[in-house]
Amino acid sequence: MRAYQNKKNVQKKPYYTDRFWVAPQIPKEDVSSDEIFAKDLEALKENFDIKEAYIQRGQLVVYIGANENVEVITFLKNQLDYNFLNELSAIDWLEKSGEFEIFYQLLSTTKLKRIRIKFFIKQKEEIRTVSTIYKSADWGEREMYDMFGVIITGHHYMKRILMPEDWHDHPLKKSYPLHGDEEASWYEIDKIFGKDYRAVIGPENRDSSRVDENDTYNFARIHHEVPFGDKPSKEIVHTDYQEEGGVFLVKSLKKADSKILKERP
Amino acid sequence: MAQHKINYLSEAGLPVALTTVDKLVQWGRSNSLWPMTYGLACCAIEMMATGASRYDFDRFGTIFRASPRQSDVLIIAGTLTKKHSPFMRRLYDQMTEPKWVISMGSCANTGGMFNTYATVQGADRIIPVDIYLPGCAPRPETLQYALMLLQKKVRKEKASRKLKPKRLV
Repeated sequence: MRAYQNKKNVQKKPYYTDRFWVAPQIPKEDVSSDEIFAKDLEALKENFDIKEAYIQRGQLVVYIGANENVEVITFLKNQLDYNFLNELSAIDWLEKSGEFEIFYQLLSTTKLKRIRIKFFIKQKEEIRTVSTIYKSADWGEREMYDMFGVIITGHHYMKRILMPEDWHDHPLKKSYPLHGDEEASWYEIDKIFGKDYRAVIGPENRDSSRVDENDTYNFARIHHEVPFGDKPSKEIVHTDYQEEGGVFLVKSLKKADSKILKERP
Repeated sequence: MAQHKINYLSEAGLPVALTTVDKLVQWGRSNSLWPMTYGLACCAIEMMATGASRYDFDRFGTIFRASPRQSDVLIIAGTLTKKHSPFMRRLYDQMTEPKWVISMGSCANTGGMFNTYATVQGADRIIPVDIYLPGCAPRPETLQYALMLLQKKVRKEKASRKLKPKRLV
């Protein structure tokens, strides 16, 4: 059994406590070890300022400047034949350095090679859209905005994609608690009933195994229903689905007549 | 003229059955509970299976309707997200009285395994629930049983329009 840890306020410090297993670094190889990648990197270096480049798991990782993202990706598409943008998103390093790491994962279906373009931005820094180059970036960028709050300029429809429009904060940031912040935990109550109803309905109870027989505010045991808030009934009732005398025109089950099948017919 | 004494009130005395208005009305209602087609997640697959021929909901007089205006029962079949919750409340409000709610499966009951920011932690936070149906996902038999229990509950209720306020609202 795992040793007990005090879980109070555990959401306030979610950064690399022993709750999470941190993977050791995957070995980085030199770019010259792959012929095609070496050529591509050469072409990139002629045109852009490349900060760092290495091969990891057979994929080329290139760090560029944040202001050159559109140019680099246009170049990769038109000149180097990386014709497919698989994915793009952000990584939250806000606690460590106050930065987001943005990555674009591209695939060349002719060379059968994958390349990853990365760069760092400050929290409030805006980046330019690449959805004009790759259609697949459209929803990816909206998700990046929705989940991390990265602001993208030039996008034709910059709105949240998953969370509701009036949602507070961006839930994939590491500082966002898993169970939601204050706004999130009251979201549906505030929206449907108004803020005054918070006291009536009460906070979320996340203990799904908790059933209090004496709680007649939230529960009514079936066939033991009492008016709202009254003391629970101790009366013994048959919990069968039919009344003892049977129901008019409704076939009643005679347990003696029923038979249990050994296997499905 | 009958030579023997007839007890008119006992069985087969007269083709007459005595009952109360409440019982008659509620017997009718209990045998025509029309639920709304309202699947939210994987529980909806079990709900569909219950409606299909092998389990056959129709024999209980339970016919799925595609409109809240024609439905008596709301079966919350699946995970209720916070984004979706206002719509569910609106659908519930659009249903005409009398109406009942079955909360089907762990997610609708308590949020289930989705103990996160985006899931409503129990559908009863926004609408009053009559029957909580455990399981993840409940088998069609379980949903049938829940419906039969609901029928029993309906039969016990008063038919009058002045219903006592349900929980929550």
